[in-house]
Amino acid sequence: MIRKALWLSATSVFLTLFTAGGRAEDRVVNVYNWSDYIDSSIIDDFTKKTGIKVVYDTFDSNEILETKLLAGGSGYDVVVPSANFLARQIQAGVFQKLDKSKLPNISNMWDVISERTAKYDPGNEYSVNYMWGTVGLGYNVKKVTAALGTDKIDSWDVFFNPDKLAKLKDCGVYVLDSPADIIPAALKYLGLDPNSTSPDDIAKAEEALLKVRPYIRKFHSSEYINALANGDICLAIGWSGDVFQARNRAEEAKQGVEIGYSVPKEGAQMWFDQMAIPADAPHVADALEFINYMMTPEVIAKSSNYVLYANGNKASQQFVDKAILEDTAVYPDAETIKKLYTVKPYDPKTQRVITRTWTKIVTGQ
Amino acid sequence: MTDIAATASPSTQTTTLPARLAKGFVDRLVIIIPYLWLLFFFLVPFIIVFKISLSQTAISMPPYTPVLDFSDGISGFFAGFRELNFDNYTWLTQDALYFNAYVTSLVIAGISTILTLIVGYPIAYGMARAPATIRPTLLMLVILPFWTSFLIRVYAWIGILKPEGLLNQLLMSLHIISQPLVILNTYTAIFIGIVYSYLPFMVLPLYSSLEKMDYSLVEAAEDLGCPPIGAFWKITFPLSLPGVVAGCLLVFIPAVGEFVIPDLLGGSQTLMIGKTLWNEFFSNRDWPVSSAVAVILLLVLIIPIMFFQQAQAKAQEQGR
Repeated sequence: MIRKALWLSATSVFLTLFTAGGRAEDRVVNVYNWSDYIDSSIIDDFTKKTGIKVVYDTFDSNEILETKLLAGGSGYDVVVPSANFLARQIQAGVFQKLDKSKLPNISNMWDVISERTAKYDPGNEYSVNYMWGTVGLGYNVKKVTAALGTDKIDSWDVFFNPDKLAKLKDCGVYVLDSPADIIPAALKYLGLDPNSTSPDDIAKAEEALLKVRPYIRKFHSSEYINALANGDICLAIGWSGDVFQARNRAEEAKQGVEIGYSVPKEGAQMWFDQMAIPADAPHVADALEFINYMMTPEVIAKSSNYVLYANGNKASQQFVDKAILEDTAVYPDAETIKKLYTVKPYDPKTQRVITRTWTKIVTGQ
Repeated sequence: MTDIAATASPSTQTTTLPARLAKGFVDRLVIIIPYLWLLFFFLVPFIIVFKISLSQTAISMPPYTPVLDFSDGISGFFAGFRELNFDNYTWLTQDALYFNAYVTSLVIAGISTILTLIVGYPIAYGMARAPATIRPTLLMLVILPFWTSFLIRVYAWIGILKPEGLLNQLLMSLHIISQPLVILNTYTAIFIGIVYSYLPFMVLPLYSSLEKMDYSLVEAAEDLGCPPIGAFWKITFPLSLPGVVAGCLLVFIPAVGEFVIPDLLGGSQTLMIGKTLWNEFFSNRDWPVSSAVAVILLLVLIIPIMFFQQAQAKAQEQGR
């Protein structure tokens, strides 16, 4: 029995070596991106054009990606973390600097976006923007109109004003279970610096959130897509793209649910998903070629047309569908963009205060 | 280990010495395998987690320090070893949050276990008393839900329990209630979810102990004038006790660390240890503190179970 087991394992080792040797001949790039975040024909086109095979894998939370990266040896060549996570991962030494000479298409990028991503990745040395969006208000148009007497939702006031939110309590309010998105919004509403790490300011944000806490049905970072689309809730603080997904699902379902998205006039937080190459990536040259291909204006425009997010590629805008380019919820106008803010990642100590504050807001303990 | 070797020996007495030795080796091997399994899949991971719980968090890969390795030789290993300390455990005592989360988890798991027992016992009893021909079918029906993903089954409960869900629609169309019941996102929903998900783990051990029972004992009690309820409590229930204990442990232990059911069905105010672990690990990126939380959770579960087993072993010995 033992001899047989040994024989089997010897054979499998031999086979592994053999197949690994064979694979080295083919060019491969292992991509790890968010789920539902690309038009799959782009991947096929890339393979056709370059002969590089794409192994495409998906995740649905930054935390999962981060844990894999921090543990090391993930085997991925291109990953797409959000910028605030990316910043900390750069510090931890997770990524390698991009060889810009291999990325000629970088001249297509949009300075408005690059300037802001540079706050997370100084000089944009480690990453290139894939898509970006905002944190705003997703709402059920009919239900909100019935409860508030208006469908003009353009301010954080609808959420942070307890009198207004109380009226929406019965039809349901969901909030992202993500302190890094909600506490800055509270600070902005209070007229404070959304980047503030002062315990006093955080306490004020806590107070503002506790005032409206009784009217919030649930804190969750993904359930609101279905809940909005099914008409189970009437207001959600969520990520722009998720709300658009809810809007599309509601349209497809034809149950008369109409979803709106608004970027509050006080200003909203921007988020960025950035393509980067792990320090221990096995296929760096192929990864650079993939990233360069993704910066081709026609290609990234195709992706935006499919996933309905704005991209950080200026030259691609002529290829983006007019309906999407002119939708101010996706591509806010220049005036609104000025009011959008970014939030720097917290240091470990502040992170602890923020998480503890958040637990208190969410659970009451 | 020696017990089994001893009971095995009489049958091998007639064979030759080398054959006997070989047989003894195989017997031991059979026992060693589960121990090896425990060593590799329980003890080694536990030691790794315990070691991380004594480390400090750092912005690096992996996100804690020191990382023990022999790259700097033995002295480097011991230099790292000396940096380990129990600070993270002290930290857990400083915020009532962790204590409350443990208590909430234990209470929720305890109530759920009792409810599962109340629901599961009649099912198992009915199955055990059913005609032998249909028992395999009944067993199949208990196992059948496992063929669908656990996540999908929990998600389905959202559709049933939500305010406009199937349950409320049914009750309202029957005019039993006029306002939809708020069940989703409450503790009630968590209990329903746990009882539903873990019911087979309760029913199967109960069934196996009830099926083995000799029902002539119950008949004898009834013949001697004991009312059926009395006979149940005096005979059936005590005889099924091993099944009750096994079922309760199988439900209670995973329910304490349950994460998915409270996340999907419970309200945001539910503070269970699974969520606390998640927060420490993913939001704070504090692997050391989350490891400490996990180690304490293990102790909270293992110590009572060890006491219980000891007591049971003692009782068994006295019974002889």
